[in-house]
Amino acid sequence: MAHIQLKNISKTFGNHTALTGLDLDIADGEFFVLLGETGAGKTTTLRLIAGLEKPSEGQVLIDGVDVADWGAAERDVALVLQQYSLYPRYTVRENLEFPLKPKIRRLPDAEIKDRVDRAARTLRIEHLLDRKTDRLSGGEMQRVSIGRAIVRKPRVFLMDEPLSALDAKLREALRTELKNLQMQLGATFLFVTHDQIEAMSMGDKVGVLNHGRIIQTGTPHEIYNNPRDTYVASFVGSPPMNLIDGKLVNGRAVMTPLNFELPFSGGTKTYGGAKTGAATEGRPLVFGIRPEDVYLESGAPVEARVHDVENHGVEKILTLRVGDITLRATVPARTDVAIEQPVRFAWNPDKVVMFDKGSGVNLRHAS
Amino acid sequence: MATTMITTLDRSSRAAARGLSDISIRNLFIIPTVLFLIVFNIFPLIYSLGYSFTDFRASTNAPANFVGLQNYRDLLNDPYVWSNFAITAKYVIISVAGQLLVGFGVAMLLNRDIPLKGLLTTLLLLPMMLSMAVVGLFWKLLYDPSFGIINYALGLGTFEWLADPKMALYAVALTDIWMWSPFVMLLSLAGLSAVPKHLYEAAAIDRAGPFYTFFRITLPLVAPILMIAVIFRTMEAFKTFDLAYILTSQPTTELISIRLYKMAFQEWQTGRSCALAYIVLIMVLAITNIYVKYLNKVKER
Repeated sequence: MAHIQLKNISKTFGNHTALTGLDLDIADGEFFVLLGETGAGKTTTLRLIAGLEKPSEGQVLIDGVDVADWGAAERDVALVLQQYSLYPRYTVRENLEFPLKPKIRRLPDAEIKDRVDRAARTLRIEHLLDRKTDRLSGGEMQRVSIGRAIVRKPRVFLMDEPLSALDAKLREALRTELKNLQMQLGATFLFVTHDQIEAMSMGDKVGVLNHGRIIQTGTPHEIYNNPRDTYVASFVGSPPMNLIDGKLVNGRAVMTPLNFELPFSGGTKTYGGAKTGAATEGRPLVFGIRPEDVYLESGAPVEARVHDVENHGVEKILTLRVGDITLRATVPARTDVAIEQPVRFAWNPDKVVMFDKGSGVNLRHAS
Repeated sequence: MATTMITTLDRSSRAAARGLSDISIRNLFIIPTVLFLIVFNIFPLIYSLGYSFTDFRASTNAPANFVGLQNYRDLLNDPYVWSNFAITAKYVIISVAGQLLVGFGVAMLLNRDIPLKGLLTTLLLLPMMLSMAVVGLFWKLLYDPSFGIINYALGLGTFEWLADPKMALYAVALTDIWMWSPFVMLLSLAGLSAVPKHLYEAAAIDRAGPFYTFFRITLPLVAPILMIAVIFRTMEAFKTFDLAYILTSQPTTELISIRLYKMAFQEWQTGRSCALAYIVLIMVLAITNIYVKYLNKVKER
């Protein structure tokens, strides 16, 4: 178990800058998810912590100790990779025994057997123990590689998109299993993913990474409801948050290109008081509203046309069109709408998030 | 089935205009090769099998008499031939083991990011490209007791590399190792670079030491390709003639192929030498088969 800190980490590969001024604090026993698009620097961050790469600048601290000169072995981390990296030609049991067998820290045979059996039981791969790894399915392989991580009782578990190569059903199942496992072990997990659903559903804390910078860290709830900027707003959530250009006029949100208006119930007061309110008035903004906070109502202020309907079983996701702006709305499945049908919609004024048009930063976060 | 393997000839092509069908074009390509193989390989092979049961001598006009298995019986009871086999076995083991150690070792050294890696690899491959006879002549000069550079460099005075009956075979093997280690190196490099890097990283994370990683990951993964190198080199070493023949003429370096050459073209015992050639052929086949069986097992694991 460990507390991990990254302080002002930068990493460059030749001319390419992977990470810039990265600060990260992962508490002991926390399930921390690093979320970002491909190429955002997630894997690099993970490899820096694992000791497979050295930072160009900055410090990696494990339990307050600077581990700059420690190799991967001394850091005592476990790493689960997307490509499984099981040792070929060995059975599942041999793979699980591998980390316990090196001479330097050779455990007694009984202990090895006990640990392997326990890990196999936890991951429900007992029946596979004597099978060769190349005869396993993707999900089974990934379980074995997670198993290889947990037999060792490392200080930190590092997981690099372990679920992304699996099919949807299995991914869901393993997601729950991993989360349970983490709670059971009480271990520190750093989980890297590009899948915001994984991040939201598993993480105690989520860090959103973009172009080698941490944009926002917080609980999934904070990230979802109070995104720091338009990038986070559009990256997290499926469908993403609607972002509409506009400005605030006399306590009403006026959308600039089309001049449709929506009520903005005392918004400025809630978001920073009168001070911001005055500054916000008339200034170019981006209004963010989650699709579930957009609702259809016969007497609602704005008219739109239904552009597209996605039926998700439990709900429908509508794409509404007002002029050339489109926005998404999540409505109950029983709502009966047809494409090109005119509808009227409103939003939940309490849930509106305002971003600065220029910088894209959430006004609540701006200091 | 054979016809389904062939893509149909384009009707508008020039070949079709000349009245050639798919089948005739196929035959045009294959039949000359097959004929060539039959005339120069298969016919002599079978013809010599016939000779091996006779007392035919190519140097005389005397008709060949059928002697049954007499040639085989004599050869297998001949202690000299057995000693030739023993010399060959020793030579094969020393030479192949040496090539394997040197070749794989150099491959391990090269399998990392070093400057001029490509150039270095190419230079190291050069010995393999030379002709056996040239290598033999060169090394004869290098081994020369009075002005050879090897004795000079090692300060061995007038050590007799090739004239010393005990040393000569090792000297020949050493030359062979020098010449063919690059071949093993090349195959090993291919095998080593095919080991996924993430396995080494996983092993590092799993806190495996360098030896543990080598024996548990590198070696098992490179083993199949190493086996192929061993098969090739064993077959070649078994057949070595020119190198040993040029370098030295000690009785202790009389490999089976030299014995065969002498029997066939100096003593003109054509029938008997055919029998010996068959014995060698069967041995090489047998050894190769054992290797291939083992290779398949290694691959399956």
